[in-house]
This record gives sequence, structure tokens and C-alpha cells, in this order.
Amino acid sequence: MSILEVENLSVSFKQYTDGFKEMNHKVISSLNVTLEAGEILAVVGASGSGKSLLAHAILGLLPSNANVSGTIKYKGEELTPTRQSGLRGKEIALVPQSVNYLDPLMRVGSQVRTSVENGDAVAAQRKVFERYRLGKEVENMYPFQLSGGMARRTLLSTAMVSDAKVIIADEPTPGLDPIVIKEALDNFREFADSGCAVMLITHDIESALQIADKIAVFYAGTTIEVASIENFVGKGEEIRHPYTKALWRALPQNEFIPIPGSQPHPSSLPPGCLFAPRCEMATPECRQAPPEMRELRDGMVRCIHAT
Amino acid sequence: MRKTKGGKLGLFILMKGIRMTTLLIAICFISFLLVKNSPIDPIQAYIGADMLKVGPEQREKIAEYWGLDQPVIVQFLNWGSAVLKGDLGTSMIFRRPVIDVISERFLNSLVLMVAAWVLSGVIGFIMGVIAAMKKGTWIDRIIKWYCFTLASTPTFWMGLLVLIVFAVWLGWFPIGLGVPAGVLSENVTMMDRIQHLILPVLTLSILGVANVALHTRQKLIDVLTSDYVLFARARGEQGFVLFWRHGLRNIALPAITLQFAAFSELFGGAVLAEQVFSYPGLGQATIEAGLRGDVPLLLGLVIFSAIFVFVGNLFADLSYHILDPRMREVRKL
Ligand SMILES: Nc1ncnc2c1ncn2[C@@H]1O[C@H](COP(=O)(O)OP(=O)(O)OP(=O)(O)O)[C@@H](O)[C@H]1O
Ligand code: SF4
Ligand SMILES: [Mg+2]
Repeated sequence: MSILEVENLSVSFKQYTDGFKEMNHKVISSLNVTLEAGEILAVVGASGSGKSLLAHAILGLLPSNANVSGTIKYKGEELTPTRQSGLRGKEIALVPQSVNYLDPLMRVGSQVRTSVENGDAVAAQRKVFERYRLGKEVENMYPFQLSGGMARRTLLSTAMVSDAKVIIADEPTPGLDPIVIKEALDNFREFADSGCAVMLITHDIESALQIADKIAVFYAGTTIEVASIENFVGKGEEIRHPYTKALWRALPQNEFIPIPGSQPHPSSLPPGCLFAPRCEMATPECRQAPPEMRELRDGMVRCIHAT
Repeated sequence: MRKTKGGKLGLFILMKGIRMTTLLIAICFISFLLVKNSPIDPIQAYIGADMLKVGPEQREKIAEYWGLDQPVIVQFLNWGSAVLKGDLGTSMIFRRPVIDVISERFLNSLVLMVAAWVLSGVIGFIMGVIAAMKKGTWIDRIIKWYCFTLASTPTFWMGLLVLIVFAVWLGWFPIGLGVPAGVLSENVTMMDRIQHLILPVLTLSILGVANVALHTRQKLIDVLTSDYVLFARARGEQGFVLFWRHGLRNIALPAITLQFAAFSELFGGAVLAEQVFSYPGLGQATIEAGLRGDVPLLLGLVIFSAIFVFVGNLFADLSYHILDPRMREVRKL
């Protein structure tokens, strides 16, 4: 059963540009993603493609100037703000992206302990710190005293001590040494295998492939493809979308061909397919209207020419 | 590591001490020069109305007795060395040692200022918190309007207004002075003193809240939209617990520092408020000393106010060093 379903999510920000003109920046548009129990879904996309905003939207933590439309369902039931606030930290846990998410004036040990819902908070915190090789003295430190890797392990710990059924991890691995990365990824695997689910946000397709079951590719605020990791082989013949193919071929161990151009800014999105300006297969038809997400060979793709 | 931690604070205090000393010497010298070059005639100030009865020879005698016939720099050094020995001279208008006048007045002022300081700090902080929590609502707008209007109101004007409303119209409080007029000092009760204190404290507090309230409001708004509050909410914290754990912790520190730094403003405000309420504090003494040419008292007050304001600022800095873990704990790695 799908534990989490995001349907047609759009997020826009009202912004005042010069001359007090009100602009609506659409940073996420018609985004679809589903998370199944027992699975790890990697969300891959370039910087600014809306990955963190999706995580915050699921938890109902977008800033007040954000306009949100679309539906998010948890265990088949639609999420309302009240339901979201009841689920936060109990059913759904977040591993945030940076050390700025820790209270600068609170010792990190206490911050981890507040995530413990049942049982001995201190014991749980010490156990998880030991697991992530954080020394005994770390619990009494303030965030500014942590190195980048220690901060990330602390953030991971907060999710691991909670009893959540879904973990949304926003770029949890950069700056960690390989042993800890393996420990963290093994934790995620165990966690998923016990019937829970993990949404692993990353911009690194390689590390996603090592652990995830499925990959959702983001581009300029929307999902362009959902594929099983088995599709990522050879020259990428089984990959559906031209952008995902290009990402795959850009990896050093593959053809190492960079993708020309850059992702469009939310203030100047092209009218048709968002990838059209950079797509080799683009036809005039592609520029007419944004392609719908459709099912293809056991996956999903947003491209009219994909086969 | 531990050593540098203590050493850092020690060095900080040492540097502050050196700055204080040089600042005091400079202030003393400048005020001394200013007073010397002002139209105040110390002899006339001393003798007052009896001036006509004093002949030129007597004048010269007095000048000689006080060393007024010597070069300015010598006079300064004489005065300076006396000050170093703890002798601030004798007040001409009170005919008592300056140090006695200041200590008596200081106690009165201190009660007034500490009361106003605590009251305005606490009330201002609470107002700022309410405004930020209810940002954009009518209550926020009222608090903001109040603070902006008051930030530009002169103290003496507010003092007069308070005096007219509460003492003259409503008659709830005495009109002025520190104790009831015509009552022997041993018969003055604590209640009397408090009654006389309320209006000046009220005046200073009404004005003093603006700064803390506006800063606290802005700071709390920043904190509430910060990443760490987002993450706290992501962990299920909400409402009062969230405010208590993350809000208060992060806004209290700047508020305390700000309130300590406001010492100097409070001092300035007290001078005017004391004048309006004829409250026998340092401020009133300063104005009298200035108007009536009481040079020793004036110089003594200048030194004293400088120390007072400096100590306020020192506390502000120290509070930061002691309370903020980012300053307190050295990087342990
Ligand atoms: N509060 C906000 N107001 C306006 N625009 C915002 C706001 N927050 C994010 N954005 C915009 O939304 C877009 C997506 O941001 P998001 O943080 O989700 O990107 P991301 O995919 O997580 O990138 P990264 O890999 O750098 O973390 C960006 O263009 C960003 O500028
Ligand atoms: S729809 Fe057209 S432009 Fe968009 S990815 Fe497919 S082929 Fe390229
Ligand atoms: Mg992000």
C-alpha cells in the first residue's frame, strides 16, 4: 500500500519585484510522487528543483507566504493542517538539510532527546550517538562546536530515535566519511525492511542508486520520471526521459558528457515542456503545453516522445 | 584549552579597565577645561548673594586659598591628585563634601532607575513577544504604534503629562519631591517613599519599553521563521513549549544586552524626570550644580555618571560573554 501519495502538488510564492509588482513564482508545479511501505525512494534533482520544499510541504511547514495546491495523502487519507501537526515527529520524521536546523543555543544532546516519544530519552540518545560514532562529550556541545559531519550525524540521530513510520532525509550524507555513510544507509535499509518508508533526497544520482529501490527525478519543480534502479544500466537505454538519460550519461564512469544549458529559474519557466530548451529531441509540439505524467514500462515519465 | 577560556575573559576585563581609565582621564580633563572656560565665576558661586559685601582683597584671598591664581594645568593636577586620593572637594551649594552629596543622591536615583529599568525591561519584553506572536493583528499594530510614538516623545513632556493626570487631576500621587514636605525625616515611612517614586518610575518606564519591545518583536519574528524553529515543529513541538524551548532562549539574550546598554539613556531620562518631579536624585543635583556654578559638584557628577554608564555597558558586554554559549565555550575540537 502507498504510505504517502503526493498528487498534483503546486507551490508558489508571492514576491514583490521592482515597482511593487506582485509576481507569483511557481517553484513546484504538478508534482506527483508516491512512497510505498518497505521502500526507499530517492528524490534526485539539481539545486533549486524543489526537493526541500517538497519535504516541507509534506510536513505542512512551508512559510506563510507560500500558496499550496494539490493533495497529499498519508495512509490513504488526505493530510489536513491539523493532521499534519499531529503526525510531525510521531509518524513522519525529517532529517533536515543543514546544521542551521539545530537550535544554536541548545545542547545537541537535549535536541536529540526531544525527538524521543517513548521510553528513556537519555538512553536512546546515547545509544544512537554511539551507533553513529559520536563521542560521549558531544551531547553537551552546542551546534557551533560540531564539525559538518558531526552535525549531520546529530541530525540523522533525531530521526532514528523517533518512532516514525516515514523518514524524509534531506541530503543526509554529504561530508560524512564512508563508514558512517554505510552505517546510515544500512539504517535506512533496516528501517524500510521493517515496513516503514524512506524518502531520500539527494542531488547525487550515484549514491541514490546504491541504496534506493526507486528514483524520482525532479526538474525545475516537477517530477519528470519515476524509475526503478534496475533501469540504470549500460548506456541508459531503459531510461525514459531525455533529462534522466543525460544525467546518467554525465556520470564520470559512464560517458562523462555534461548537459549543456541550465535549469530555468522559477520566474521564467518555459510555456511547454520545462526541459524543451535543453532537449535534443524537442519538437514544436513539445513547446505547446506541458506534457502530462504518464505510465510507461512500469515507471512514470513526463515526455511526449518517450518510449 | 581551559586556560584560554579563563584568560580570554580576564583579558577582556583588563582591556575594558584600561579603556575606562583613559576615558575617565580624558573626560575629567575636558570637563575641567570646559568649566574653567565657562562664564561661571567660582568665587561668586561660593559667596552667592553676599558678593557685594566682599572686597577685591578678600576675593584675591579666596582665589589664593583655592589655588585659583595658578595656571590651569597646575589647577587640574591639584584637583586630579585630590580626586585620586578620594577627595572630590566640597560642594559649594550644599556646603558638604561632594562625595556625601553624590552618595546620598545616588541612592535615590538608583532606586528610581533600577525600578524603571526592571519594569521597562520586563514589560517591554512581554509587549515585544505578544506583538511578534500576533504579528499583523490589531494588537501588534497597537503595540508598534505605541512604541514608535513613544520613541519620539521627550521625557520632560511625558513627565509633565503624567504629573498633570495622576497628581493634579486625579490626585492619586504627591506632586513632587522624594518625601512628603514638612515631615521630619525620621517620620517618613517606606510607603511615603514608594508613593513619591511611582510617578517618576512610571514616566521612565512608559518611555523605556519602546526600544526593548521593538527589538524583541523583530528578533522573535526572525526566530519564528528560522530553520531551527521549522525543525522543532517538524519534531512535533508546538505552541507554548516551542516558544519556551526555542523562542525564549534565543530572544532573551539580545534583550538583556540591549537593556543593559540602555543604561546611559535611562540616566539621561532620569535627569529630566527628576527635574520635573523635583525628585532629589543625581539628575536634579546635576542641573542645580550646572545652573548655580557648583564646580566641584559638577565635576564629581561628571566622573560619577561616566563610571555609571560605563559599568552599564560593561554589564551588557559581560552578559553576552557569560550567557551566550558561543562566547562562553571555546571550540573543543
Ligand atoms: N521562502 C521562499 N520564498 C521564495 N522562494 C523560495 C523560498 N524557498 C525556496 N524558494 C525557491 O524554491 C526553489 C526550490 O527550493 P528548494 O530549497 O526546494 O530547492 P532544493 O531542490 O532543495 O535545492 P538544494 O539542492 O540546493 O537544496 C528555489 O528556486 C528557491 O529559490
Ligand atoms: S517533451 Fe519534448 S522537450 Fe520535453 S523532454 Fe520530451 S522530447 Fe524533450
Ligand atoms: Mg534543499
